[in-house]
Amino acid sequence: MHSTPAVETTALIKRYGDKTALDGLTLTAARGTVTALLGPNGAGKTTTVEICEGYRRPDAGTVRVLGLDPHRDAAALRPRIGVMLQEGGVYPGARAVEMLRHMAKLHAHPLDTDALIERLGLASTGRTPFRRLSGGQKQRLALATAVVGRPELVFLDEPTAGLDPQARHATWDLIRELRADGVSVILTTHYMHEAEELADAVAIIDEGRLVVHGTPEELCRGGAENTMRFSGRPGLDTASLLKALPSRSAAVELTAGSYRVTGDITPELLATVTTWCAQNGVLPDRITVERRTLEDVFLELTGKELRA
Amino acid sequence: MSTGVYTPRPGAAPLSRMIAAQAALETKLLLRNGEQLLLTVIIPSVVLALFSAVDVIDTGAGERVDFLAPGAIALAVLATSFTGQAIGTGFDRRYGVLKRLGASPLPRFALMAAKTASVLLTQILQIALLSVIAAALGWSPRGNGLYAAVLILLATAAFSGLGLLMAGTLKAEATLAAANLVFIILMVIGGVLVPLAKFPSAVQSLLELLPITALSEGLRDVLQHGAGMPWPEAGVLAVWAVVGLGLAARFFRWE
Repeated sequence: MHSTPAVETTALIKRYGDKTALDGLTLTAARGTVTALLGPNGAGKTTTVEICEGYRRPDAGTVRVLGLDPHRDAAALRPRIGVMLQEGGVYPGARAVEMLRHMAKLHAHPLDTDALIERLGLASTGRTPFRRLSGGQKQRLALATAVVGRPELVFLDEPTAGLDPQARHATWDLIRELRADGVSVILTTHYMHEAEELADAVAIIDEGRLVVHGTPEELCRGGAENTMRFSGRPGLDTASLLKALPSRSAAVELTAGSYRVTGDITPELLATVTTWCAQNGVLPDRITVERRTLEDVFLELTGKELRA
Repeated sequence: MSTGVYTPRPGAAPLSRMIAAQAALETKLLLRNGEQLLLTVIIPSVVLALFSAVDVIDTGAGERVDFLAPGAIALAVLATSFTGQAIGTGFDRRYGVLKRLGASPLPRFALMAAKTASVLLTQILQIALLSVIAAALGWSPRGNGLYAAVLILLATAAFSGLGLLMAGTLKAEATLAAANLVFIILMVIGGVLVPLAKFPSAVQSLLELLPITALSEGLRDVLQHGAGMPWPEAGVLAVWAVVGLGLAARFFRWE
């Protein structure tokens, strides 16, 4: 549909003094998808997004946003993107409706601001100035200002940081609606669950480098981490079970009657195990399948906890 | 593709509409801000009314209001284009407003144009109010209003440059304190209330180089004494405008 990706960076390097924020980051985000940049604090997520938004220039490497150079083509690019900063961005004395209407006036074909205010539950803020809104209300207003101009691409820097679960779900719903209507979304987060829930593609960033990039499905599949457990009669012949399983699997009796199979846990493998149990006259109970979470993937690839 | 609520339809509004909207919002926020109103409206009005009605300052020969009205106008211009602009822009910067607008379709020059329009609009309202108060106190201005307007425009450029220099380099809290302090000091020593002649002559020639002194003395030359264009004062203001705006353009940090 579109020949150019939403975002394409090649070997981005950015240093602040002695500190290297980005160390050769190469990343592509497809149009019409939600891409989550996932990483611990200080990984380089915000720096990446701010280079795409035109706030910073990389020391080396190239960046294209909707096929444009964010710095050289800034005037052409700005009307086409929506930006939600990590915090602030609104006049402290302005009311929510006032600020949103103002941002709408800077665009040619804005959304209906009253509907958007209603949609994000900001109608009750009335005449309250921005500086006295709650953290969640501030976040939602910032989100509204990012989408009001009907952009092709929105950058959301930690859109749900510090939100309560209800507000977080409201934000997620809006992001899903954006994607359904063909808007590309780049968001940063350090919540695994958010990336799993929302993202078509996840880019795990650590120490300024792309560690891995793929769908949440792809990232969680494979590797030796996936585990299936079941209970049965003690002393089953795990060697014969292993023969029935694909190579690179393992089967052990952990404690009497408690078995663990590790490997690429697929529906076929599960069927193989239960068939083997049937052939041996065993009714397996407490069958569980544990798949890797993004948290496990992250720990495995970077050797650190995400929210360290 | 089917059309949904959020289906992209990007585009910048026409430049004139963006600038008008930005100027209107900035003016509205300024007039709503209590501290800013105190500075821009109440203090100059009280200074004018109080010291015109009560004989506590020796304003020299002539009606006190004829001496004080140009000073109060100069003070109002200082309050809006220097102190108000410095504090307002300092907090806009602290709250990430300038950064956020930097990613909007509004170009930077349009933001500056809107801020300038907002300052000028506010000053027109202030001068109208002060003129009404002064007229009620028996003010009889002389001279060519056009000369006064030129002085006010030059002073606005000078004060704005200095205010933005402060807002764009210091922390918002430091700007708040410093801008208010400068306002009070200049009110006392800048020929606004106290005639320059009251200061020792060595100090006088230094004070004459201040932009606030150039504005209040220049306005007085025109409006009180009916003089022609006061070129020395206009020159002082022009130099400050070039220096202030130049430094602001060089050192202003947007975030």
